[in-house]
Amino acid sequence: MNLTSDQVIFWQHGFLKLNETIVTTWVMMIVMAFGAKLITHALVIEGAASRWQASLEIVVTTLEQQLEDVGLSETGKYLPFLGTLFLFVAMCSLCIVIPGYKPPTGSLSTTAALALCVFVAVPLFGIREQGLGSYLKTYTQPTLIMLPFNIVSELSRTLALAVRLFGNMMSGVMIVGILLTITPFIFPIVMTALGLLTGMVQAYIFTILAAVYIAAATAVPKPKLQPQAVPEPKH
Amino acid sequence: MDSNTVIAVASIVTAGLTIGIGSAGPALGEGRAVATALTSVAQQPDSSSTITRTLFVGLAMIESLAIYCFVVSMILIFANPFWNHVIAQAGGK
Repeated sequence: MNLTSDQVIFWQHGFLKLNETIVTTWVMMIVMAFGAKLITHALVIEGAASRWQASLEIVVTTLEQQLEDVGLSETGKYLPFLGTLFLFVAMCSLCIVIPGYKPPTGSLSTTAALALCVFVAVPLFGIREQGLGSYLKTYTQPTLIMLPFNIVSELSRTLALAVRLFGNMMSGVMIVGILLTITPFIFPIVMTALGLLTGMVQAYIFTILAAVYIAAATAVPKPKLQPQAVPEPKH
Repeated sequence: MDSNTVIAVASIVTAGLTIGIGSAGPALGEGRAVATALTSVAQQPDSSSTITRTLFVGLAMIESLAIYCFVVSMILIFANPFWNHVIAQAGGK
């Protein structure tokens, strides 16, 4: 049994390998890009919108609302990045209803790439909002002693993002695979349904965590409040 | 017992222990988190959306600990580097 879809290699030429993960990722990307193009080429503002447009609008407005709730006020700046992450992870886990499909997010290389995107994007957004010096200063908050801990937390949360998504998706595939050898009749379907649920939750979690990290990095530090005069107690 | 058997036994037993012990702690933690969140929702239904969102994020954080243990035990069973080393040596002879 293969642990990940990386081990299924279709074509190999020296150093270059074409494994199942890459093929599935590219197919997903093409389907999503052309699907979005097809849906959005005939948008209507007034009158009856098509079903596809309505469903896309639901996705976009829900994402915007969620990002606003997390604390990203100008959602327009962050929606392209975070929305792409959400849609990719969600589509990858939705497609497990297709027989023979293995989610590309069930491979550590894909999830590590996604987590690295977040790892790079967070300082970029932070520097854009606060400026370089002010952003770097947040690493020494609250005191200078916390500097190594802040750096370690930056690295460890990237690792956590990657391994969490990988573990969840891989465990879904693995459990269905094991159940197929034990009780091949009903149980795999139940576990696949559960996998759909956990897949959506993981997509949500991944996006929300990235949004929280970006919100923390872009928050402009508030000026310290002046100590106010304490009113004299009346006798 | 030759080294083959030792590695096989150690890997299998450790994989079981890893997932067994490693899922007990996060299970307790998640139970506490959900119980507290339910109490909060019952007391303040208005802020249920905020509580639910924070709960989901927190649950994912806690659950990732169990997922780490699961990944380690899966590696021990299906992609064990020591086992692969022994197999490669046996094949070389």
